[in-house]
Amino acid sequence: MTGSEILFENVSRFYGDVLGVNRVSLSIPPGITSLVGPNGSGKTTLMNLMTGLLRPTQGRINILGVAPDDPERLFRFVGYCTQFDSFPRGMTGYEFVYSYLRLHGKPHAEADELTCRAIDRVKLTDAATRKIAGYSKGMRQRIKLAQAICHNPSVLVLDEPLNGLDPLVRAETIALFRALAEAGRHVIISSHILHEVDAISDQVILLSSGYVVAEGQIHGVRTEVEDHPMQILIRCNRPSVLASRIFELDTVVEARVHNDGKGLLVRTRDPDRFYLMLNRLVVDGVDLESVAPADDDVNSVYEYLIGPDGGSI
Amino acid sequence: MNPDSWSLWRAQVAAILRLEIKKNFLAKRGLWIYLLAAAPVALMWTHAMLNLRDHRVCDLGHDSLIFATMFQFFYLRFAIFFGCVGVFLRLFRGEMMEKSLHYYLLAPVRREVLLVGKYLAGVITTSIIFCTGTALTLLALLVHVPRMAAEQYLFAGGGMGHVLAYIGTTALACIAYGSVFLVMGFLFHNPVVPVVLVLLWEAANPFLPQLLKRLSVIFYLHSLLPISLPAQGDFAFLAILRTPMPAYLAVAGLLSIALAGLWLGARQVRKLEINYGTE
Repeated sequence: MTGSEILFENVSRFYGDVLGVNRVSLSIPPGITSLVGPNGSGKTTLMNLMTGLLRPTQGRINILGVAPDDPERLFRFVGYCTQFDSFPRGMTGYEFVYSYLRLHGKPHAEADELTCRAIDRVKLTDAATRKIAGYSKGMRQRIKLAQAICHNPSVLVLDEPLNGLDPLVRAETIALFRALAEAGRHVIISSHILHEVDAISDQVILLSSGYVVAEGQIHGVRTEVEDHPMQILIRCNRPSVLASRIFELDTVVEARVHNDGKGLLVRTRDPDRFYLMLNRLVVDGVDLESVAPADDDVNSVYEYLIGPDGGSI
Repeated sequence: MNPDSWSLWRAQVAAILRLEIKKNFLAKRGLWIYLLAAAPVALMWTHAMLNLRDHRVCDLGHDSLIFATMFQFFYLRFAIFFGCVGVFLRLFRGEMMEKSLHYYLLAPVRREVLLVGKYLAGVITTSIIFCTGTALTLLALLVHVPRMAAEQYLFAGGGMGHVLAYIGTTALACIAYGSVFLVMGFLFHNPVVPVVLVLLWEAANPFLPQLLKRLSVIFYLHSLLPISLPAQGDFAFLAILRTPMPAYLAVAGLLSIALAGLWLGARQVRKLEINYGTE
């Protein structure tokens, strides 16, 4: 394994005449990267391309120095929790993970130990000997996760991994992803649940209709959305006085006093400069309680770039 | 290719065999394959039991001719043919339909190793089922014959050679038909029509020109059969004018068909994508 990044170079994938993803060029560093976009935006296609389940119509993909069409090398360090909710017939949870490890060529004792460890990590030990066919949606999701992490991969690709999980398990699973990311692994997650993406992601990739609309850290992406000036909420005792001073700045496009009369919502094209100037603007008798960005999150970025209904920009 | 690769591939093929053989034998959908294999067994054992009950004297020559006819026209052309359809088409196409093939494709297994593992599992499954059927049917042939006559037939009359030839032909039929249907599973989304075409092609084999005859599995299998059906007498209407070739050439022909199928399968499996939406 050479290289430390996941690279897409001008990758396109068409299903006949239908566009899957188009001209995607990405460089994904270690940490948690979230793929965000509406249904049909190309998230699963991108993950399937990354893991060799699909081949690109054009372009090149490189996963830490290995091409996805070399499964013998790729899946030594890649784990993929797919969205497919179907399993080989008649298997128990234990057999599902154990047989996967035997396919790696691992001997019985090692496969058994790794299986038990992975099943324990997803808190499914009690149900391990039951048939998967009798599992709930959340349990099926967890056993797929156990399969994806059982060989200790350095790249973990997870397609909607939080679907069907109850809040407690969801929190534990997020903590698991966080721990893996902190250990220097690549964790790539697709999700519809934006506030969770916001909480756990180191970087996001926004997709719409097969195109990458934006990529990078949330703050960086938000800053680049110039059509929508950044909103900053200032809580203070005299918002109208502050508002009159704030308009002296040419980067401010709007300042609106909050309904409760104790705050000010400012829209600025240059938030960094605004923060610098704010202290100078504060006049006597105005006590600042808090200053915080109001739309510096995935939800807002998603809405600005993709639209509130998930449509294209 | 270093020794480590070979030992890894062996371990991976063994893991695939464990999964696939269990699945093949225990699949409820495969029950009809057991019934196909058991049909001649049931028929011959019923015949044997009735003979024993009624103390009838058995004509081994006549019974072996009945067996040869049944083997050639039911077992080879129908039971093994469709049994292989049932097992080998399911190996890849069936798993695509059930949306479970990605389980294998997410493991660090070369696609060719996966192909070989699944094919071997199919060969082992069908060979065990149909060779057992052949052996049990032959046993029924001998069970109601006086012991001395049976021993005479087996050890002095070339009977053991016949038994081995029938069992060997059964296994080779599974090997060759298996490879044909494995490839069909890759090439066709709905293999029903191509399977029917192959069936017709195999049935039309006696009437084809010499060169085209060699492009069928049944041509080589016929060359391995130890008993030819007579062109006169009770079974004349079933007799086929065959142009047998030496056994070693027939075996080589069948193995060549199997290898050609595996080669084509390897080309297909390398290009295989998981796109369940189009299945």
